[in-house]
Amino acid sequence: MKDRHCIIIGGSHAAAQLAPSLRQNGWDSDITIIGAEPVLPYHRPPLSKTYLSGDKNIHDILIRPHSFYTDNDIHTMLGDRAESIDRKRKVVVMADGAEIPYTKLALTTGSHVRKIGLPGVDLGGVFYLRELDDVDRIRHYVGRGKKAVIVGGGYIGLETAAALRKLGMDVTVLEALPRVLQRVTAPEVSAFYTRIHREEGVDIVTDTAIGSIQGNGDVNAVTCQDGTVLDADLVIIGIGILPATELAGNAGLEVDNGIVVDEFARTSDHDIVAAGDCTYHYNPIYDRHLRLESVQNAVDQAKVAAATLCGKLEPYSALPWFWSDQYDLKLQIAGLSQGFDQVIIRGDIETSRSFAAFYLREGKLIAVDAVNRPKEFMISKRALMHHFSPDPVKLADDSLKIQDVLKP
Amino acid sequence: MAQITFINADGSSKEVHVEAGTTVMQAAMDNGIDGIIAECGGACSCATCHVYVDESWLPKLEEPSSIEQDMIECVLEPEDNSRLSCQIVVSEDLDGLVVRVPESQY
Ligand SMILES: Cc1cc2nc3c(=O)[nH]c(=O)nc-3n(C[C@H](O)[C@H](O)[C@H](O)COP(=O)(O)OP(=O)(O)OC[C@H]3O[C@@H](n4cnc5c(N)ncnc54)[C@H](O)[C@@H]3O)c2cc1C
Ligand code: FES
Repeated sequence: MKDRHCIIIGGSHAAAQLAPSLRQNGWDSDITIIGAEPVLPYHRPPLSKTYLSGDKNIHDILIRPHSFYTDNDIHTMLGDRAESIDRKRKVVVMADGAEIPYTKLALTTGSHVRKIGLPGVDLGGVFYLRELDDVDRIRHYVGRGKKAVIVGGGYIGLETAAALRKLGMDVTVLEALPRVLQRVTAPEVSAFYTRIHREEGVDIVTDTAIGSIQGNGDVNAVTCQDGTVLDADLVIIGIGILPATELAGNAGLEVDNGIVVDEFARTSDHDIVAAGDCTYHYNPIYDRHLRLESVQNAVDQAKVAAATLCGKLEPYSALPWFWSDQYDLKLQIAGLSQGFDQVIIRGDIETSRSFAAFYLREGKLIAVDAVNRPKEFMISKRALMHHFSPDPVKLADDSLKIQDVLKP
Repeated sequence: MAQITFINADGSSKEVHVEAGTTVMQAAMDNGIDGIIAECGGACSCATCHVYVDESWLPKLEEPSSIEQDMIECVLEPEDNSRLSCQIVVSEDLDGLVVRVPESQY
């Protein structure tokens, strides 16, 4: 059976896990990763953190070195885009028309940034932040005392603000909604991050949408919809992402807020699996369909997909988790807070830099945001798997050990 | 260069040679030690790079940070010699280091 070929389209977190997991599961035929970015799979989260701040370089953030791929006989085609999939003939068609036959196909195409159509968005110094190349180009506009405007107060926007602040820039974050992180955290946590960023010298402006961008070749100002004008040498837009589903959709695979996959990561064509940001899948812990944007999901789902391609059906049922590093704050998030009806704060969220926010729904713990509280995060992860109902009064009591409060 | 020996949960072991300055976690990733997952890529956020350091090497390591210490206490089977491998930076002094990989990281 050595004449089989597994093609993985997309060369990032999910691909970098899927290929070695195929080998681990006994796939002894060819494996090819086709990746549009001209670099080996690298850790994307540092792009808005330690890579932007200059604390890490490209070698530090590669997921695996070049030798790993050659040692494991994993071919890579980097800087190449797959244009379409012909499922009848089982070939992947490349941008230059070349056709590559596959036996099994894995889609790990991830996501694209959501773009905004604004006057001036094509000026120099205006960027989205998704790929290594974006950050390398952003660097030219970074400088001590220069002014940066970040559009969007989500995690990536806030991390970018922290990194640019560290590099000595004057930073303003523009958020159209009434508070930063509105879609992902409780008001208390938004207020906490607003306080910290202000303490660090970042201007956070909420309830204010961007109207247009001005400049002459390069950007020099941003005008908000309320008429306010902000000077800007650099504008970074972070208003969310969209799953990269075009290939799958054009090939006639089922797509609905992502490439639809079953619990074994199979698309509607069972010779094709998908994993990572691009999928819409069922999560048994939360009993609903989800599209996740996290390394955890890319890695864990890729393992399931690889096992499936090797004939081992192992259902995907991992607990979602996420992290965000800003300044000296290590935020670790376990679970999904959407739909919470109660928030319990443990620790001093008003004046300190360490607390945990527990999200409950009908008395059951569904998520935690832990800032500089690794124990609360670690212990909650286990409690979340068991749908634990904690005692709210004890949970808020910082003098009790979290291990004792969240004991299932 | 320093030699590091990884002992897997099934008893098999692998000796690898790594440059000073990389972490024990990266050495594991680079050499396909499957028991190290390292989801957060060394950000000290995931604790899926947990290892047990051979007792004789413990005195040569720097003390864990308070964040690492808190994480270690909550991993699946913590021991006194538990460490997060992404926080151990390899130096010539660690030439010969032996670490055991746990049965599971979750
Ligand atoms: C700045 C930033 C910070 C982040 N921080 C965190 C964090 O702290 N924690 C966390 O858990 N997550 C974080 N994320 C999210 C995380 O990076 C993603 O969830 C993760 O990268 C998803 O991996 P993936 O492999 O599914 O897809 P992606 O990383 O999106 O990669 C998909 C790849 O496929 C390629 N591709 C797409 N279509 C084609 C095609 N037709 N042909 C060839 N190649 C193609 C793309 O070029 C891309 O390289 C962050 C993301 C960003 C942008
Ligand atoms: S790699 Fe995540 S804590 Fe070490």
